[in-house]
Amino acid sequence: MILLTRKAEFSASHYYWNEGWSAEVNERVFGKCANKNGHGHNYTLEVTVAGEVDATSGFVVDLKQLKDVMEREVVGVYDHRHLNKEVPEFAKAIPTTENIAIAVWKRLEGKIPGAKLHRVRVYELADLFADYYGEP
Amino acid sequence: MRAYLSRRYRLSASHRLNTAAFTDEQNRAVYGKCNNPHGHGHNYVVEVTVGGPVNAETGMVCDLVELDTCVRKEVVERFDHTNLNLDPLFQDRVPTTENLCMEAYRLLAAAFDKAELVRVRVEETSNNSFEYPVDALFAKR
Repeated sequence: MILLTRKAEFSASHYYWNEGWSAEVNERVFGKCANKNGHGHNYTLEVTVAGEVDATSGFVVDLKQLKDVMEREVVGVYDHRHLNKEVPEFAKAIPTTENIAIAVWKRLEGKIPGAKLHRVRVYELADLFADYYGEP
Repeated sequence: MRAYLSRRYRLSASHRLNTAAFTDEQNRAVYGKCNNPHGHGHNYVVEVTVGGPVNAETGMVCDLVELDTCVRKEVVERFDHTNLNLDPLFQDRVPTTENLCMEAYRLLAAAFDKAELVRVRVEETSNNSFEYPVDALFAKR
């Protein structure tokens, strides 16, 4: 078993707002992130897959295929978009770093040829990131 | 669903690696440049990982402000711009980054109760880093 990680970047805007709360509670809990005009980040996505090294190709996964799946399923959907307004999974779930990691996992799970998704890591900033391992 | 959140903090401190258990010669042999009597310093990065269920109302594992407040109080303010050898925690143990990492974990484990403290990782330089504890989840990466 070996792990392989591929990075990608996307830039998107978002804001944090719970419709079930008053404006006052939203602003207290989410601070600057509750500004409904939104703000943005350059996100870095790290997708780690696990698998056995193919004896012939020497690959755990075809990197071109992994790159294409990440582009089609995630980067092409999220990049230069407003996550709350333009990405369906965030119509209800708040696009926090944790929820983005979970959403990326759901988008990629089962779509990577020949390898198993091991971890999705999303950096919102160089000093802030979330990991999801598919745990319930 | 259970997710993990990591946040990186910075602190600068000096230390000298030396133990009373060794002779001066042994200390020089074991610790090399790090045994320089006047000490030296590093810009440390302390990476703190917490885990738990993502709160359905906030979308978060824990409130980032609460995590920041705790780490700054317990670790950053305690060690930043200090000589680690003078800290009470390092009177009986050498302030290697292994020990700094484990002590930072213990300080945070005792003080932070808003989510599970999963791991502390300390970078001493861009080439050296240390992680504690090594649990099943992280060992399998």
